[in-house]
Amino acid sequence: MMLATAIIVSCLFSILYTIISKGIKGMNWDMVSRVPEGGFYIGKEGGILNAIIGSIYVAGGATLLSLLISIPIVLYINVYLNKDSKLVAFTRTSFDILFGVPSIVYGAFGFTLMVMLGLKTSLLAGIIVVTLLIIPIMVRTMDEVALLVPRELRDAVYSLGATRWETAKVIMRQVAPGILTAILLSFGRAIGDAACPLFTAGYTDSIPTSLSQPTATLPLAIFFQLSSPVEEVQTRAYAAALILTIIILTINVVIRIINKKLSKHKI
Amino acid sequence: MYKLRILKDKIMSIIMQSLTGFALLLMFIIGGGLLYKAWPILSQNGLFNMLTSETWRPFKGQFGFLSYIMGTIWIAVIGISIAFPLCLLTGVYLSEYASNRIRSVVVPLIDLLAGVPPVVYGVWGVLTIVPFIGDTLAPHFVEYSSGYSVLAGGIVLSIMTFPLIISILREVFAAIPNELRDASLSLGATKWQTTKLVVIRKALPGIIAAVVLAISRALGETIAVLMVCGNIAAIPHSIFDSCYPLPALIANNYGEMLSVPMYESALMLAAFILFIIIVVFNAVSRLTLARLERRFKL
Repeated sequence: MMLATAIIVSCLFSILYTIISKGIKGMNWDMVSRVPEGGFYIGKEGGILNAIIGSIYVAGGATLLSLLISIPIVLYINVYLNKDSKLVAFTRTSFDILFGVPSIVYGAFGFTLMVMLGLKTSLLAGIIVVTLLIIPIMVRTMDEVALLVPRELRDAVYSLGATRWETAKVIMRQVAPGILTAILLSFGRAIGDAACPLFTAGYTDSIPTSLSQPTATLPLAIFFQLSSPVEEVQTRAYAAALILTIIILTINVVIRIINKKLSKHKI
Repeated sequence: MYKLRILKDKIMSIIMQSLTGFALLLMFIIGGGLLYKAWPILSQNGLFNMLTSETWRPFKGQFGFLSYIMGTIWIAVIGISIAFPLCLLTGVYLSEYASNRIRSVVVPLIDLLAGVPPVVYGVWGVLTIVPFIGDTLAPHFVEYSSGYSVLAGGIVLSIMTFPLIISILREVFAAIPNELRDASLSLGATKWQTTKLVVIRKALPGIIAAVVLAISRALGETIAVLMVCGNIAAIPHSIFDSCYPLPALIANNYGEMLSVPMYESALMLAAFILFIIIVVFNAVSRLTLARLERRFKL
């Protein structure tokens, strides 16, 4: 049993070791500070600034948008609806199911949606589809925290004569730290996802200046560069993978620190 | 003043209700949208025909999904058969045997695996697993293999499913009441006998649910598998052959879809099939898990 555990943990270290040892060679300041110049695939100069910025646009926009949608949903199922209502159980289950739907399916659906609406591959389309992808994560993460808010608190607010909306605002304050975790988790998932932007955000060598332009994302930059036959470009892909890994690991560590800080004050 | 408060409450209630309703409908909207797009080819070629035919010639209007489906199944089966024993042992170890200190070190590390983006798994697979299979492992068994194979896909996939299976198993084991363990131990059973005959037996529905969830994850995984499995559209005959899973088919052809109308429809059908399978798998296992938890809460 210890052996099995050791194998699983060593996989993580193998991944980190491979990415770091390969990626470190291609890492330089140009990688993160310049956009690719013409003929990037055949080994010309340039970096992946366009993909880094694009990823932040897509993931950031999607996180913001899904936050606006998820918070009301969480408040609704936790404050407005009765705890034992069938609808609450159904909502949770359906979000759990949506959570399992692979991103390629969201991507294909997003593509269908775009064709119907007459949108081209663009930053906006990317943001919309990634939003759909991360709503389940957001809702379920915040929901877990909201479930921990004691019933008595709610009863106390109600007994002062507050309306449900005023109660929701009080609960909201209790859920706030959970929102932060949810934001980071969804942002991490959004920035690491490749299949959704593949269909909807397109790919370009420049930094987008409006919502209607296509945009590059980090996972796709890695994916495309890796398929290039030129060794130099492949090295860049490894470096890009290292950058992405660093971003994700940082997010994970921050989540861990927040959780630790929070549980310190728990009864 | 009084009326304004009530009005605010009403308005917010309606907004929240409609957002929740929209989110609940999302599942049906996605399914419906994909089905709508897939309909032309469904009505023309027939579902059964396409699922059992092997010829994939989009320009002649022949769309046989069989080799893609077989590729998906092969990879999922290999991924799960690697992941399941390792995860079961690890899950048992972490929840029954390990000391708190070991647990507090190992669990965050496994959680970290869950955060690694698929494309990084893919890069790792290309750098580590593919050369290992191609140069070291395969020559012992077959004449030639490039390393881009079903086995590579399965290995990468199994590592991606580790965190999911282990976290569910830990939840399931945690739900088993301690009284059961105490009763078994007080009858003179050893720790292993208790684990084997009481804990695992009681947790069996949960363990099955975890595997089903992992399978549904395995069926839908795209980028990482696409990068290591070779993408040759033929039914694989050994684990060292290349294959072409369904999600990779969708991802690889996104650009050309629009030019051939039936092509797009066929790809949407592939997405629809994936969607339906995964929703069913997820629904069944989630309900099993919820029922298990409720039973032991009493």
